[in-house]
Amino acid sequence: MKIKRILKTVFLVEFIVGLAIAIKETFKKKKTINYPFEKGTISPRARGEHALRRYPNGEERCIACKLCEAVCPAQAITIESTEREDGSRKTTRYDIDMLKCIYCGLCEESCPVDAIVQGPNFEFATETREELFYNKEKLLENGDRWENILSANIKADNAHR
Amino acid sequence: MSFYYLEVLFVETYKILFLILPILTAVALIVWLDRRVWAFVQKRRGPNVVGPFGLFQSLADALKYIFKEIIIPATSNKIIFILAPIVTMTLALIAWAVIPFGENLVLADINVGILYIFAVSSLGVYGIIMGGWASNSKYPFFGSIRSAAQMVSYEVSIGVIIINVLLCVGSLNLTDIVLAQQNLWFIVPLFPMFVIFFISALAETNRPPFDLPEAEAELVAGYQTEYSGMMYAMFWLGEYANILLMCAIGSILFLGGWLSPIDVYPLNTFPGPLWLTLKIILLFVLFALVKAIVPRYRYDQLMKLGWKIFLPFSLFYVVLTSGFLLYFDLLPNK
Repeated sequence: MKIKRILKTVFLVEFIVGLAIAIKETFKKKKTINYPFEKGTISPRARGEHALRRYPNGEERCIACKLCEAVCPAQAITIESTEREDGSRKTTRYDIDMLKCIYCGLCEESCPVDAIVQGPNFEFATETREELFYNKEKLLENGDRWENILSANIKADNAHR
Repeated sequence: MSFYYLEVLFVETYKILFLILPILTAVALIVWLDRRVWAFVQKRRGPNVVGPFGLFQSLADALKYIFKEIIIPATSNKIIFILAPIVTMTLALIAWAVIPFGENLVLADINVGILYIFAVSSLGVYGIIMGGWASNSKYPFFGSIRSAAQMVSYEVSIGVIIINVLLCVGSLNLTDIVLAQQNLWFIVPLFPMFVIFFISALAETNRPPFDLPEAEAELVAGYQTEYSGMMYAMFWLGEYANILLMCAIGSILFLGGWLSPIDVYPLNTFPGPLWLTLKIILLFVLFALVKAIVPRYRYDQLMKLGWKIFLPFSLFYVVLTSGFLLYFDLLPNK
């Protein structure tokens, strides 16, 4: 048994077998995708860039309950609110520091009216830090842009909640 | 009279540029090849965006390095810190002066060519020691100590392996070494030596599985830890130029340099540099495959392999070769 092992070591048997496997694997189909040109599928639960949604009539969903601000573990959310003429409570300021955010999804989870959601977009890199301090305007714009996908995702995920 | 020197200067500079530019291009392409082979073994795609098949990836990387900031640690020894990558790259490039690309295609056809290469590659360790010591930081220091020990150890066994070849040739001139292989490449009678040379070359150039000086799990990046920007790129370039050099030496010593594999009509009309390039690429692909399949050695295993296995075995083979040559009366210089 020992002689067999020594012979194996001297003649680099394992090494040659490994080399053969490596060469064989070289010609197999690639497991990775050609990223910027083709993209993988994204789950409806994906926690990407944030968005503030609106009701179909254009009214903001957010009722300034500040549950997301309270639950945010990274304290990335800042909300200020006021009472509107019609007696409803609305936000005057809704900021998310995307650099603090850890993308845990707790804000989305805590929201009673599905206002703050995390969409499927994960490609929002910027050239400066300042561009990643999102304000209400930017978040609402995101909501308007992604609304079709966001509502479809919430509907798809609803059965599992 | 004084114009004579100027003329010599111009001609020599022209020749050197004619050698260095292709080598630097080759280094850039070989980095791409390395990454590509590595990726293919792991069923990835590798760099394939910049240029056709990603061929210009190294060019893009070089541009990136040039525009990056060079950070010099406050506690470092600044002169030596800056000098280290320059030394590494220079030493990796000047060794190419004696590599013959064809019958008369060599920059400096000196009679002690192989000794020159050996001396220059021994000096190469200074770049690494200087870089590690001048950084004044623990990881570079450990990395450079390891690297120095490793390169010194494996240089000994490479030296003994070269003695085997020299016994069969009877000359230290690299052109003579290639011409001596016209009938039979030295890989056939000296095959065990070729294997040991290949493994020692991996250790000598700090390639995986012997890349202990830059073992990222324990030493961050070894002697390169404190380097950034163009200085890091120069270390990188020097390293790959050294790998290329080792492949070239391997193909000259054992694979018949610029000679065609078989001396038949269509093959032996191909230019010599083409064959040498093909052999270098073949050896380098082997280097890259080894990188992809072999896990890293432990430091004591590395030292044991160098001193207790390779050195005695190659010494034994020297005795075997010289005895064989003497007994069958095949000694080249009588």
